[in-house]
Amino acid sequence: MRQYFGRKLLIYGLTFFVAVTVNWMIPRFMPGDPVASMVARARISDPEAVAAMQQYYSNLFGFDQPILAQYFNFWGALFAGNFGISIWAYPLPVSEVIMDAVPYSLGLLIPSILLSWFVGNWAGALAARRKILDNTVLPVGYVLTAMPYMWIAILLCWGFGVVFQVLPVAGGYSFALQPDLSWEFVWSLFQHWLLPFVSLFLVALGGWAIGMRNMIIYELEADYSNYLAALGAPHRLIRRYAFRNAVLPQITGLALQLGVLVAGALVTEIVFSYPGLGSLILKAIQNQDFFLLQGTFLFIVLGVLIANFVIDVVYVIVDPRTRAGMAGATT
Amino acid sequence: MTLSVQDLRVYYRTLRGEVKALDGVSFDVADGEILGLAGESGCGKTTLGKSLIRMDGRMKHVGGRVELDGENLPIGDTVKMNPFRFTEVSIIPQYSMSAMNPTRKIGRMVRELLDSRGVTVDLDELHRRLDLVELNRDVLGKYPLELSGGMKQRMVMVISTLLNPSLLIADEITSALDVSTQKAVVTTLKGFRELGFVKSMIFITHDISLTNQLADTIMVMYAGKLAEKAPADAIVNRSRHPYTQLLISSLPEVGVRYAEKKLTGIPGNPPSLLNPPVGCRFQDRCPLAFDKCREEPPAVEVEKDHFVACWKA
Ligand SMILES: Nc1ncnc2c1ncn2[C@@H]1O[C@H](COP(=O)(O)OP(=O)(O)O)[C@@H](O)[C@H]1O
Ligand code: SF4
Ligand SMILES: [Mg+2]
Repeated sequence: MRQYFGRKLLIYGLTFFVAVTVNWMIPRFMPGDPVASMVARARISDPEAVAAMQQYYSNLFGFDQPILAQYFNFWGALFAGNFGISIWAYPLPVSEVIMDAVPYSLGLLIPSILLSWFVGNWAGALAARRKILDNTVLPVGYVLTAMPYMWIAILLCWGFGVVFQVLPVAGGYSFALQPDLSWEFVWSLFQHWLLPFVSLFLVALGGWAIGMRNMIIYELEADYSNYLAALGAPHRLIRRYAFRNAVLPQITGLALQLGVLVAGALVTEIVFSYPGLGSLILKAIQNQDFFLLQGTFLFIVLGVLIANFVIDVVYVIVDPRTRAGMAGATT
Repeated sequence: MTLSVQDLRVYYRTLRGEVKALDGVSFDVADGEILGLAGESGCGKTTLGKSLIRMDGRMKHVGGRVELDGENLPIGDTVKMNPFRFTEVSIIPQYSMSAMNPTRKIGRMVRELLDSRGVTVDLDELHRRLDLVELNRDVLGKYPLELSGGMKQRMVMVISTLLNPSLLIADEITSALDVSTQKAVVTTLKGFRELGFVKSMIFITHDISLTNQLADTIMVMYAGKLAEKAPADAIVNRSRHPYTQLLISSLPEVGVRYAEKKLTGIPGNPPSLLNPPVGCRFQDRCPLAFDKCREEPPAVEVEKDHFVACWKA
């Protein structure tokens, strides 16, 4: 058991290391000079002032140091929770900008992932049971999974926001309000949250339902199911076993899909101008804000890795086979 | 009389038509009798075994009757058949290695299975039977994955016979085992009958030499039909059907390995059961075939308890 988790942690650690390094490299070896662009934006014509400003920013961001020192400083700052200063939101630190956006992203992601997983598994299991349901769940499921995130988001945006005009289509809350704990504000938050949530939920739902349906049908034809049926066990018992065994690969599927889901959420946020990490990435790119881009990417990578690890732990808890395997084969 | 099968016909529905896998088979199995069911792969042994307990979705009961202990077995009706399963007819399947739910501890699975049939577990009896097959009692607290192949096989043997069925079907349960383990399984099955765990048994195998160690009677099937049925020693020493004779003469001498035995198998292949030949189904491969064989040979009792379906017998 300890060995298993040790190995997992090592893999995650390595992934993180590589991600950080690549992340550090990209802005530094990419064409375009953030400092220059920022100075240009300041529209100062006096060359002396420009030089002073360049000096100031380079110092501030550490661009004047040898490249290796920059790399180690980067790690040091990282562990101190310091991702640098945002250029777009200057002078706010990147970590603060990210922390403002994180609740919005998590508020979208966690409910849509969990709900689509539960509802999808439930619908798939039901479909595996009844022919009529199967004939509806399956095609609907295929249509939903085949839909790109962007597309369904735009469709919902257009339908509810433009045609029916019942829901807002941009922002995290009404621009007319100040964030506070009033009912009005919470209601506005909810209204703005609904469409991006539904679009994420719908796209993910189809995949889970189809996966579950196929897994259950497979399990119902497995040898243990046939044996139980031959010994006259009622369908109820056989289905219960099949369901439990079919859910297990769906948990692994959750770990595998996490990256895709997060990427989908980022795109969806951009469509709805939802103030989460996705929109932050867009802003960072538009403003050549490399620190913000780095910080956001790192945060996402870290989040996905942690979530994966949590799923690994859950899987070990629920699947006795992994536990038995880890204890070493006893024959 | 425990089991009586009359003119049983079970076909598989396929896209290309009906596969006549069991096409008019009649036989009896007496109280306490072990019937060995032999024949090449594909001749309908598994189909017969499954017909007696649970047909799969593609199988169709086309005709014939089955009686167990004087009562009609509703084999074509899966719901009506359910009360008989496990309690009256039970099976040790071909796939013992994967017959147990991999995510349940064995003891819990057994309890849930028995509960679902409205039977409470007699733990003492279960323990006694585990001792009998030399399984440690703590296997009940383990997952199937933690057991070796032989242990799983013995566990399934214990589960299948737990309710003392009248008839036990054992389908190719020794095929995947090495010779010494095969012997142990055969001994265990004999013990089960002696102790009254099962009344009668149908022991299915494509390996006729193994049947001989266990069975009182041997029935040889060919292409969905009965070829010959007789007491074991009569089949081995005085078989009358050309197919049985070829099966027996193709057996290896003691100590010859299985792989070499294949070389001396019967030339040719069994006919397709989608459109079986009219008349004797063995005629294409039979060295004695003659004109009359285009008519179907009936199973005739040539001496007491010795049935042969061949015009030359
Ligand atoms: N599910 C199925 N669908 C169609 N034909 C089948 C199916 N299962 C078995 N058969 C056919 O039925 C015949 C008998 O098969 P089986 O009873 O498995 O033989 P055995 O157990 O003696 O090897 C074979 O010709 C086989 O091809
Ligand atoms: S009936 Fe004819 S073909 Fe069939 S086994 Fe006898 S001799 Fe051979
Ligand atoms: Mg078979």
